[in-house]
Amino acid sequence: MSTLTALARAQAVSRGIAQPVSTVRHVHISDRPLVLVALALAGEANAPLAVMVGDDLRSARLLVVSQPRNRDQRFAFAARLAEVVVGYVDDCRSTVENVPPGAGAEIRERFATAPQIIVPNSAGFGFVRLLGRSTRFRRPSGEYAVDPAVPVLGRWLTFFAERAEIPGSCLLLAATQALALHWASGQSNVEDLNLAALMGWIDPPPGMTGPEAAAAAEDPLTWPPAGPATDPTFDNEVLAPLITACGRPGMSTRPRHTAVSALENALAGQLAPTWRLVWRAVELLRALPPGARVAARWESDKDAFTGYSDYLRDGGTPQPRRDSAVAAARRLNWLERSQASYAAQRALDDPLVLAEYRLTGEAFGGEVTAAEPDRVDASGKRRKLRPLVTVVTGDVLRIEPGTVLVSPSRPAQSARVVSVSAVPDTRAADARAAVVLELSGGMGRALTAVPGSVPQVGERLCYTTLTDSYQPRGSFPDRDDTPWTHGGPPPVYVPTNEDVTEEWS
Amino acid sequence: MTAANMLRARVTELADAAVADVLTDLASMTGLAGDHPRGVVVDSPPGAGKSMLVVRAAADLAAAGEPLMVVAQTNGQVDDLVDRLALAAPDLAIGRLSAQDYLPAPAVARHVAVRVARQVGDLAGCPVVVGTAAKWATVGEGQWPWAIVDEAYQMRSDMLLRIASRFRRGLFVGDPGQLDPFSTVEIDRWTGLTWDPMQSAVAVLLRNNPDLPVRRLPVSWRLPSSAAPVVAEAFYPFTGFVAGTVAEQRWMEFSTRVLRTGPVDEAIDMAAASGWALYELPARHTVRTDGEAVAACAKLAERVLQRGVVGHCERTPAGQPLTAGRIAIGTAHRDQAQAIRAQLGPLSAAGVTVDTANRLQGREYDLTIVLHPLSGRRDATAFHLEAGRLCVLTSRHRHACIVVARVGIPELLDAHPSTEPVHINVPAKFPDGWEANQAVMASLVKHRVRAS
Repeated sequence: MSTLTALARAQAVSRGIAQPVSTVRHVHISDRPLVLVALALAGEANAPLAVMVGDDLRSARLLVVSQPRNRDQRFAFAARLAEVVVGYVDDCRSTVENVPPGAGAEIRERFATAPQIIVPNSAGFGFVRLLGRSTRFRRPSGEYAVDPAVPVLGRWLTFFAERAEIPGSCLLLAATQALALHWASGQSNVEDLNLAALMGWIDPPPGMTGPEAAAAAEDPLTWPPAGPATDPTFDNEVLAPLITACGRPGMSTRPRHTAVSALENALAGQLAPTWRLVWRAVELLRALPPGARVAARWESDKDAFTGYSDYLRDGGTPQPRRDSAVAAARRLNWLERSQASYAAQRALDDPLVLAEYRLTGEAFGGEVTAAEPDRVDASGKRRKLRPLVTVVTGDVLRIEPGTVLVSPSRPAQSARVVSVSAVPDTRAADARAAVVLELSGGMGRALTAVPGSVPQVGERLCYTTLTDSYQPRGSFPDRDDTPWTHGGPPPVYVPTNEDVTEEWS
Repeated sequence: MTAANMLRARVTELADAAVADVLTDLASMTGLAGDHPRGVVVDSPPGAGKSMLVVRAAADLAAAGEPLMVVAQTNGQVDDLVDRLALAAPDLAIGRLSAQDYLPAPAVARHVAVRVARQVGDLAGCPVVVGTAAKWATVGEGQWPWAIVDEAYQMRSDMLLRIASRFRRGLFVGDPGQLDPFSTVEIDRWTGLTWDPMQSAVAVLLRNNPDLPVRRLPVSWRLPSSAAPVVAEAFYPFTGFVAGTVAEQRWMEFSTRVLRTGPVDEAIDMAAASGWALYELPARHTVRTDGEAVAACAKLAERVLQRGVVGHCERTPAGQPLTAGRIAIGTAHRDQAQAIRAQLGPLSAAGVTVDTANRLQGREYDLTIVLHPLSGRRDATAFHLEAGRLCVLTSRHRHACIVVARVGIPELLDAHPSTEPVHINVPAKFPDGWEANQAVMASLVKHRVRAS
């Protein structure tokens, strides 16, 4: 935990309410997200029990599996869920937008919007991933045929689960994670995984303080677990008798119908509080002003959505069970680049996030005490405008000469550190340092800078080592050239019968 | 023959035999084709002559007419290898593959036989080409009959994947006890796969090629006889190694006399006499940059220099004054190193190295001062328990190591048994960090000096 977060948590305790740890919203919130609250049967590997799903608080759709251990019922459930989820995904494909061309490229088309699924907590990612894994290899014909929508659902759910691994992607969000990015509660990180408790700190009901609301959230009768795991007392006392009642042999239609409705009512009671909480969380997040770079990240989400959509339309095979050596290394490289750029974007968007880096010496804030806006570097073949500015700071510095820095207020301009020296004349007791920076870029093409593009004496600003500039992709061998050190080329995937006879879990 | 000479003869024989075994392996594989083992892995404990082996093997292979590429992890390591190789084989044409903004280090520039180039094509005719792994990954074509990968345990397996097409057979040298490579992303997507890209290059190499011979260097020339058994038992429990010197060959004396001794001097005396000291501050939970511990580290370094320590060893039997450049202070976190540097003030500028375990890997000093990773902590996380971290910190010295810690680490360890999940298809990793920490503390308590 960083020092600032620790401070915010301490303040949350003393003030009795969660404290903001960001000044802007770092996640994209869709106008029409699909909230999905799921419960799985205890003791089974991701056997769906019930799901409350929908794109509006008032139009929740409840899907229940009355005998979760029954394979046919599981696939019937998957087909009904596919209707909702794939239907929602298809709605997002109705409008297309043109993407302005990059350097030398042609105009591209992509879907104007992308789906966004919101689950209550990070365990919900696991449910989506495993449900996708259990369904994506099924086939609509032949032995063990399933509804044609089931494998499509599996591919989409896998797509969402894999996107959730990418830092900064917002196609699949967990409410607890998104909230924790913006507020610090007065409880531990582990307790923050409980949506009801976290929401208690952030948005306590009238007349209650944060800790009181969080303590009340520990009662599973008023605040059932947000899933996929269920409350064990509910399992034993309520669920088990109801499931038995539904499955009693030789029952006629009417009593069976009554039994199923009783089960549905009980499960709806477990899901509804979390359902409302997730929508409340969406509302709170939506009220925050978005960060400047959130839209750009959502655009790459839309690109990914369009790309996968086209892949599926062209009959692409399901995502493989495991990454091959090359695919794994490529993906790790991609994740690391996304992580670095996401961290930089958040810091550049948000002074409160940047403050964390100022405390660790990876950024500093200060005042410009000297500027040479017209300095020209004539050492090379061409004369280049390279103004010098001196920034005096009281921050901890861990920056070496030669490092290239960026200021959030001038993201297009890079600043190379020329020298770092202690300021001898200090009135304050704390150490101060003067950093001399050589600026390049973002000043127009002439040998005199565009007015305002070079910081002026007296201006206060921050510089950081984090850059959001393009990171080249690592080069990797082709799959078929996997070297002997990594086991040689992997076999080519051919769909087999084992795919469809595979156990659910 | 004295006992020291006898021991010296015995360990030299041991070490030479191990090196000869590796060179024989290489010679037997050279020129073979097909399914023969395509490489050798050499595990080397701290200071066991790893670089010497790399230089010997490179010179041997080059002499046998096999062009080879040498891969190291950092530019500093590459420069160091180039220098050693050029000194050992002055007639050998060596290519130094470099990035665009590289300025040849003086140690490289002084050799006429070394050519520096950005493109591997410009180094045609050099039988040996040396570069960092990251630079080799940009080389898109060509294949060398041999590669020598130095510090292979510090390289991540995805980096090996990127360079492995460039060579047919490889010699992989490294220290298995040091810190594993890490990633900035936390993900368990590939856990259990034999090609998990988050694992070290050697781990993946051996899992995919279990028949690859693994050799070991058995003698640490760096660690004194006081440290070798402790480090070997804690961090190399199954393979072990011995010190190349005996106690009589390595000792320290003071050129000044102390008037008023305090705990700091006692700790230094203890370290001089026994090779270890545990400077114990009163128990307290602290923030990461514990002010008292930081001050203690700085004070110890300052005092060692004030007292004019002279170190005697097999290289300098007549003694050599311990200068600031031969002292290092090791920490777990960068902000701790930063705080100690600030506290040291002019001494830091005078050459006392202060750095994190990650940055101290592969380095050697006469005396080290270690801020224990668990000092003042409330919890023992996987990061702070990692065996490699403590191993690096406690195995950098030729003479003595002073560990600064708050009272209560054994109790902290007892309260936090490691709870890392066990995954299917992942080989158990030894040594266990928790156990290694206990083992080191059990040795250190014998050299305890209370700060107050």
